[in-house]
Amino acid sequence: MSDIDLNLQIWRQKKTDSPGSFQTYALDKISTEMSFLEMLDVLNEKLTKEGLDPVAFDHDCREGICGMCGTVVNGVAHGPEKEVTLCQLHMRNFQNGDTLVIEPFRSRAFPIRKDLLVDRSAFDRIIQSGGYVSVNTGGTPDGNAIPIPAPTAELAMDAAACIGCGACVASCPNGAAMLFTSAKVSQLCLLPQGQTERHQRALNMVETMDKEGFGNCSNERECEAVCPKSISIRNIARLNREYLKAVLSEG
Amino acid sequence: MELNSQIPSGALSEKWDNHKFNSKLVNPANRRKYKIIVVGTGLAGASASATLAEQGYQVQTFCIQDSPRRAHSIAAQGGINAAKCYQTDGDSVQRLFYDTIKGGDFRSREANVYRLAQVSNSIIDQCVAQGVPFAREYGGTMANRSFGGAQVSRTFYARGQTGQQLLLGAYSALSRQIHKGQVTMYNRREMMEVVLVDGRARGIVTRNIITGEIEKYTADMVLLATGGYGNAYFLSTNAMASNVTAAWRAHKKGAGFANPSFVQIHPTCIPVHGDYQSKLTLMSESLRNDGRVWVPKKVGDKRHPNDIPDADRDYYLEKKYPSFGNLVPRDVASRNAKEQCDLGKGVGSTQLAVYLDFADAIKRDGQETIMKKYGNLFQMYEKITDSSPLKEPMMIYPAVHYTMGGLWVDYNLMTTIPGLFALGECNFSDHGANRLGASALMQGLADGYFVISTSVANYLGTNSLRAVSTSDDAFNEAEKEVEGRINKLLKNSAGGPAGKVTVDEIHKEIGKLLWDNCGMARNKEGLESALAKLPAIKEKFWNKVYIPGDTKEINQSLERAGRVADFLEFAEIMVRDALAREESCGCHLREESQTEENEAKRDDENFSHVSVWEHKGDGAEPIMHKEQLVFENVTPSQRSYK
Repeated sequence: MSDIDLNLQIWRQKKTDSPGSFQTYALDKISTEMSFLEMLDVLNEKLTKEGLDPVAFDHDCREGICGMCGTVVNGVAHGPEKEVTLCQLHMRNFQNGDTLVIEPFRSRAFPIRKDLLVDRSAFDRIIQSGGYVSVNTGGTPDGNAIPIPAPTAELAMDAAACIGCGACVASCPNGAAMLFTSAKVSQLCLLPQGQTERHQRALNMVETMDKEGFGNCSNERECEAVCPKSISIRNIARLNREYLKAVLSEG
Repeated sequence: MELNSQIPSGALSEKWDNHKFNSKLVNPANRRKYKIIVVGTGLAGASASATLAEQGYQVQTFCIQDSPRRAHSIAAQGGINAAKCYQTDGDSVQRLFYDTIKGGDFRSREANVYRLAQVSNSIIDQCVAQGVPFAREYGGTMANRSFGGAQVSRTFYARGQTGQQLLLGAYSALSRQIHKGQVTMYNRREMMEVVLVDGRARGIVTRNIITGEIEKYTADMVLLATGGYGNAYFLSTNAMASNVTAAWRAHKKGAGFANPSFVQIHPTCIPVHGDYQSKLTLMSESLRNDGRVWVPKKVGDKRHPNDIPDADRDYYLEKKYPSFGNLVPRDVASRNAKEQCDLGKGVGSTQLAVYLDFADAIKRDGQETIMKKYGNLFQMYEKITDSSPLKEPMMIYPAVHYTMGGLWVDYNLMTTIPGLFALGECNFSDHGANRLGASALMQGLADGYFVISTSVANYLGTNSLRAVSTSDDAFNEAEKEVEGRINKLLKNSAGGPAGKVTVDEIHKEIGKLLWDNCGMARNKEGLESALAKLPAIKEKFWNKVYIPGDTKEINQSLERAGRVADFLEFAEIMVRDALAREESCGCHLREESQTEENEAKRDDENFSHVSVWEHKGDGAEPIMHKEQLVFENVTPSQRSYK
């Protein structure tokens, strides 16, 4: 355990339509045991006591599952450590004297609301357009009625692990939401329960994705590299197949 | 305050069916005429919103996060119980009922708990049909694991992310209804007030977190699914935004608050390591299936855990509770960890930790099998602590995790305010004085998918409600109250921060007071001193808190200040409740009431009741009412897990 001094450059922006800029803050004696968000808490306490406006950032569960947190740190979404969300990133990944450039997830489809806080409701709208099995409450068959091979369930679970944080979009040079969309399409097309609507689902979700202003996939693999849940781009290949099959069969 | 639990007549196993038959219905064509507000989108709120919308009601749903998918149910790890008996190991609805009521130390209602066990199986079927990727055996059938307080394997799971998968299932059902226009979804809204018209809940006032606008919404009934109040302690496993505000606002408007001192302290959390710490991280109870809990036998044994031979280790749970071993209920495991640390046998730099060791399990089953079961938990642990559970034992310590107490509700889940219902963790109904692992998910989804629609139809079918509008006096008054409170919070901020305190400083102070005096072990003296200290902290908060920024914009300090203000008021009934309950039961250990073996000693003669608090106005002492618990089907016994 040790303490480090940091130089922070943080994106400050008052509102969606106001101009933003980087502001520099010196922050000393940060314990390397702290999480990244605890470091921001310390900064905000300091700014508050100095009569300055604290940095707005999204966060909630602080254990890597709610998907609410996320900024770009030195050019990498969720920072330098692999397979973690920002709240799981710990300060032991940084050295004394480091400069950290902290900015929001940037995408045409994710308008900045304040500082590091963005609006990702476009993701909700993608799910709303078809990311479900259309089943009402009640009257469903016994859980064991349809056997699902363990490897299939595991593969579906790999895709279902997506937390909807948006790091994939922020890292893609095209601002594509393919990894996010393909994770849900994959989960449901792998499972027997998702078969009935699989074609319509792929068509609707891709259409919404385009309408929301997300870009196209050109296999840059940046999304997979930053995904805190290691969602594989194989899911994107699966989505492409699903989409193609859907276009051919549904027109 | 009248407490009519509305428990249906008939034999225990027939009550729910009788109740459904005797409840009024609303014709499908008429349902669209009714508007229902649901606050919260965790398991209970999302499932209730989706189900009611599917049935044809107009639903307006509110959540505090940027998306309904982020509610804190998502963080539940281990699993969900159901009485499927897929393992043919002797499980049944009756046994799930008994385990739950015994686990709660006989401080919950028989009828509610039985209903919970009855609908548990339908929850699993529902979630499978939604495409929740539960763990499967190689033959394709559903896998189970064991949890504390049960001797059967009835817990269904999706790796260590069961809460996430169940919540995403409910979120997808909700999303489908949003798409259809049956649910209007309001993200980033904080409920600030419930509005009563003619004594009935008819709407809410919210603050739009993005714009700061105060907004008013009307409805025919209001459902709260706003979770628990564990963050009163500042440090807990709850998400940062989890709060008591919605429940507290309802309480101040007349909703009784039941058993506020019943707080579950979860035994397996990552220990505290610094005063900058913002939250504690839970390590799923499922780890106790294979992990063995121990401390060094000798006080002050500073050797690395791997260098301490078996003979010098004290596997205290296995020794003390041979039949349940490491899988004793949470309250028992937590208290025993505290006891070991109090004896000076705690490990780690703070000596407030015990070991949870997987070495034997890895030797027995192989690393691959263990990683398949707990891989993501091990990874989570390593990311935080920089130590691999594959190489050395985990260090764990109890932390505030779940609140069994909550708004008092009758069998219909209605609070003492007509038209105001409470679902999931925010009510008190099913877990008594201690919740068993994997039962929170079960209760949240039971309430939302399978219970509330009967209550909604019955309420709407038996009451004629007049039209209300947001321009009615009641709404304008509530709006004024909310604005007044915000202005009061901001009144110190004009002069700058010099000589002031921050919101977090006060939150930490109240949190420590509660942890020290109203935590794992409680006594009269400590509770009385906490009660005496509360007013000064409250006064400091209101006279000195400094909140930067404006109200009509994103202001996260202001959001937190509002929640802390309510925690400060709420803490009083929490401590009073702990003080009034002069017995030990479940999570609530009064040091004055222990057996010779230091187990919680209940006093059924005097305390076999739910304590329900009534607000009598700011500054006035709250009044406690009792709902006597009646046990016709089980005989309360001293819990033994030996």
